[in-house]
Amino acid sequence: MIDFLRKRKEGRVTKKNQGASAGRGILVFENTSDVIQAENVLKKANWSVRVMGPPPEIRTGCDLVIEFPLIEELNIRRELKQVCIEPLSVVPVTAPLLEPVDLFQTKDFGDYLMVRAANMKITVAKKDFTIVNISGGGCPDVPYLAQEMVGKTLADAPRPRDLGHTLCGYALELAYEELRRKW
Amino acid sequence: MVGIVGTVPDLQFPLCHGPAKLIGGRLNIGGRDIPVNRGTPALLAAALKAAEWAGSREIYAFLVGDIGLGEGSRKLYAFLVDHLAEYSFEVLTFHYVQPDVDWHAKILFAIESMKQRPILIADAGFMYAAKMSGQAASYDFFTPDVGELAFLADELAPHPFYTRGFILHQNNQVPDLIRRAYQHDNAAAHLVVKGQPDYITQGNEVYATVDHPSFAAMEAIGGTGDTLTGLLTVLCSARFELTEAAVLAARVNRWTGVFADPNPATQIIELIETIPRALTGVMEHSHTEKPHG
Repeated sequence: MIDFLRKRKEGRVTKKNQGASAGRGILVFENTSDVIQAENVLKKANWSVRVMGPPPEIRTGCDLVIEFPLIEELNIRRELKQVCIEPLSVVPVTAPLLEPVDLFQTKDFGDYLMVRAANMKITVAKKDFTIVNISGGGCPDVPYLAQEMVGKTLADAPRPRDLGHTLCGYALELAYEELRRKW
Repeated sequence: MVGIVGTVPDLQFPLCHGPAKLIGGRLNIGGRDIPVNRGTPALLAAALKAAEWAGSREIYAFLVGDIGLGEGSRKLYAFLVDHLAEYSFEVLTFHYVQPDVDWHAKILFAIESMKQRPILIADAGFMYAAKMSGQAASYDFFTPDVGELAFLADELAPHPFYTRGFILHQNNQVPDLIRRAYQHDNAAAHLVVKGQPDYITQGNEVYATVDHPSFAAMEAIGGTGDTLTGLLTVLCSARFELTEAAVLAARVNRWTGVFADPNPATQIIELIETIPRALTGVMEHSHTEKPHG
């Protein structure tokens, strides 16, 4: 039954996604941690949402917003309320939003592999997929993520999306996902 | 005196300021002990090693615990806004802090109130804030890697995470990215672009490139950019011309690889330990070795 409802949700959102940006809105949160958490919740519930850059008028620094189909605002708010996440505001999309980087670069060092997403790089040992280094980035969660992840295997390490709070943390999550997807 | 501003990845670490020391491979500030991993501790440790080699200049650190939530960074910003005017620094380096445009503007005002304007270096999160605020030209140095240079070159990107693909694709065209960054006023007076080769700029021109020794593995090692910024900070305070300091810092950073024999799993402390030998080696050869310009 749950699966059926999820499929219905996905189908419904996909249809709405086919419209112009006039039908889209953004959820604005107090901080990037809330955005990452909200994205986790909404994606797990199969809502087709996208993390994007905020429009210039509401940028403060290390920002992300969640783009969603406006017509689903009430449902999405309800979903988030269940996990005590409240957006600061909901704004209709009136101009193109900045898209997160979606280019990955892979470097093969022989015994080691490095994947880069935006400004973040993660390197693993090929023999056992132990994370041996995390480099790049400039936000304060990067040294923290490195401290918590280096020395652990990809399978055992905490995920950047669970510990990260900034765009650099989010970029590291993308690099991490790329590594897991490929290997 | 040199000032270094940044964060440590420990939520419990309070706002702390004072002379930093390196004791037994660990940082110490105000009696608090900090392990040297990547980030501001790596920058500080590199600066301390270089300062010790150079006959010791005091390194004054402003640190706070922050794991990305930004609360620590905001406390640090507020402290600096209230107190920077009480200090006198030859060089002031800003590093891993939560990028925040409003606080960045207040910090620049606070710097204006200092008796003497220090040489200003911005790296990591503070460089992101400086670029996003449109006040990049207020700085003497930015120290981006090539990915971050693409962000500086993209006049629309508020963070490297949003650098547009067509600009990221120019990775092998560093001089073009440098030109574009200056064209949109998104670069400091000098850039030290960390890559292969390293580029040092003056105004909007490439002043020099440094390409050897070269260790591909160093790109993977977290903290190699931090150590370069630490070296640059100390060398700028050592009466070198700024561009000369940048060339030397890039060379010394590379030479740490000669002594540490790095692989992608090498940890940054292993490179930091070799800084005195690298400095000696580079200074001995500096009169015979000319940068490419």
